[in-house]
Amino acid sequence: MPLNKSKKKTPMPAQKPEVRRRNFQEVALGYTEEDAVNEAQRCLQCKKPGCVQGCPVQVQIPRFIKYIAEREFEKAIEVIKQTNSLPAVCGRVCPQEEQCEKRCVLGKMGDPVGIGRLERFVADWERARGVKTPELPPRLGKKVAVIGSGPASLTCAGDLAKLGYDVTVFEAFHKPGGVLVYGIPEFRLPKAIVQEEVDFIKKLGVEVKTDMVMGKVLTVDDLFDMGYEAVFIGTGAGLPKFMGIPGENYLGVYSANEFLTRINLMQAYSFPQTDTPIKVGKKVAVVGGGNVAMDSARSALRMGADEVHIVYRRSEEEMPARREEFENAKEEGIIFDFLTNPIRIIGDEKGWVKGIECIRMQLGEPDASGRRRPVPIKGSEFTMEVETVVIAIGTGPNPLLIKATEGLELNKYGYIAADEDGKTSREGVWAGGDIVTGAATVILAMGAGKKAAASIHEYLQSKK
Amino acid sequence: MFKILERKDLAPSIKLFVMDAPLVAKKAKPGQFVILRIREGGERIPLTIADYDAEKGTVTVVFQEVGKTTRELGTLKAGDSIQDFVGPLGVPVEFPHHKKVLGVGGGLGVAPLYPKLKMLHEQGVEVVSIIGAKTAEMLIFEEEMKAVSDRLYVCTDDGSKGRHGFVTVVLKELLEQGEKFDEIIIIGPPILMKIGAEITKPYGIPTMVSLNPIMVDGTGMCGGCRVSVGGETKFACVDGPAFDGHKVDFDELMKRLATYRDEEKISMDKFQEEHECKLTGKIKEAERNAAE
Repeated sequence: MPLNKSKKKTPMPAQKPEVRRRNFQEVALGYTEEDAVNEAQRCLQCKKPGCVQGCPVQVQIPRFIKYIAEREFEKAIEVIKQTNSLPAVCGRVCPQEEQCEKRCVLGKMGDPVGIGRLERFVADWERARGVKTPELPPRLGKKVAVIGSGPASLTCAGDLAKLGYDVTVFEAFHKPGGVLVYGIPEFRLPKAIVQEEVDFIKKLGVEVKTDMVMGKVLTVDDLFDMGYEAVFIGTGAGLPKFMGIPGENYLGVYSANEFLTRINLMQAYSFPQTDTPIKVGKKVAVVGGGNVAMDSARSALRMGADEVHIVYRRSEEEMPARREEFENAKEEGIIFDFLTNPIRIIGDEKGWVKGIECIRMQLGEPDASGRRRPVPIKGSEFTMEVETVVIAIGTGPNPLLIKATEGLELNKYGYIAADEDGKTSREGVWAGGDIVTGAATVILAMGAGKKAAASIHEYLQSKK
Repeated sequence: MFKILERKDLAPSIKLFVMDAPLVAKKAKPGQFVILRIREGGERIPLTIADYDAEKGTVTVVFQEVGKTTRELGTLKAGDSIQDFVGPLGVPVEFPHHKKVLGVGGGLGVAPLYPKLKMLHEQGVEVVSIIGAKTAEMLIFEEEMKAVSDRLYVCTDDGSKGRHGFVTVVLKELLEQGEKFDEIIIIGPPILMKIGAEITKPYGIPTMVSLNPIMVDGTGMCGGCRVSVGGETKFACVDGPAFDGHKVDFDELMKRLATYRDEEKISMDKFQEEHECKLTGKIKEAERNAAE
């Protein structure tokens, strides 16, 4: 097999910034077959591949890449699917630069292999041809309940169904997918892909029930009474945090959760063809520096805002957002106000936001997170005139189900305490994903769902 | 899909649906609400539970046609189905030690007041109620309220039935006459709850109100329904919807309720345009949906 000695990744075809900033279609368009083969030929096929260790679900990366280089795309997707049930999602939203690609030896001399792009390519190649349903083992006649339908839950449900369990997924919203549906925007992860993943686990025999706000309509105790022998909780970190500064209840101030849910899940971009409205002013400030802040800012632009600022209290270096998302946002014209912290939101007499008062910051000594702590510069207050403020400073655990479940130990931050396998303090109950770790990545949640599924299987086998 | 088993037109623009929702019915308690969505593309709107029957598996909701979604809901009939009906949401209300309670309900607010008073009545608590509406025609739940009240006052703004005037006038009179209550529950338009709570405050009587701010999910994940209570931000969907009326910032609530006034008009005009009969000016009935 020929080796491609280019130090650069094969470029990803993408919508031009000036075009995409006004539409919700996917930004990155995906590799062609030629692009993919070309990029796959860059892989050195290391004997001891670092990339695999960098992957939370240990996808056999060099093997699938080798198949791509040989144009054996079907075999390539089979390799990925042995350990990753959501490749079309992961190929798009995984932070590869922090994981597999970070460990790629090519990265020392130039760009690492575009592992994420290749994963996406084969996943899309398979989607275009229709995903095959694997042969299922005989039913075991044992019921497992999965609460939530985000990445952790979908993975856990899929794995258990493949082992022969009767799995029911309970989703609070009217549409399954969790954060993949309400949080991550269409232009980063098309909702059709999430729907396909949900359809796939349904084909595996999983029953998906929507409108089920667990803890309210049914409790964990109810589930055991109904004959479920194990329960997995994957409800995510859905509680929005506010800053606690004056003026946060003015009209035009949104939590990122509300802002993105209105746009993504409720399709406010189609208003009035759809019924849910949203108010996006001409000038928008998004507070925060993570991926959710990037998603909110870029969504605001696509909703028609003229000027969108990201207001972040630390500097570019400390920003937790993926580099790629930051670059994308910059290209689209998002204005970054680093070392800037909001201290007050200003409203008019009718209660509408008209500005946000901020103070300039400088970096001091490192704090508990290891990042240098931002400290205010006295007398540097200034007012930014905006009509909409989106607060994207993080989320916490939603207590709704937790409060309604007895015997569930929590950690000091209020998340569910669970061991490596996702086992909680309560027998028969597992948890995984953001409800255990706090807001993290799709792939980590999937890894947790996978481990929990294996542990549930072990438990139910020994339970007999 | 959730089927509408029964529809009653209680007053012009106020309708009652009995919904087939066994799981919701089984868990519902006074003070809780549901979120419904009529169809794909529809809005999620909160409605307070007006009654429920765990055995029959039914939940009763009452709504007034004020915006596009409620207007569209009003075109549905018994036998039709809606896409989503989620609940019971919110914190149930409890009154463990009360002996005497006053309920004050204005307009549509009488419907959510009813299950609370019904529970109190069944617990053997003495219930006094004041209900009111703009006109006699707009008054709802009079019979139901009579059945659960030891004493019932009826008021109308135009004097077409009962006392001429607002419910708050009777509330003030009772308190001025020295009548004592363990708690007063006031439910109605925000302005009524605000004025009512101001009246009861000097008497130091605990006063409960039930808020209906704009919501999306109803599970605490968006924060759109935030209200200021005693200077703290609360989410009405998971911390409420019932709150201490003496602590609620009603002015902020009223402002926030107006957030989408422009969009509501756009939506409404579009609906009118699409559904109004050009001949009679009436809104056409919904076409039977697929579940039929």
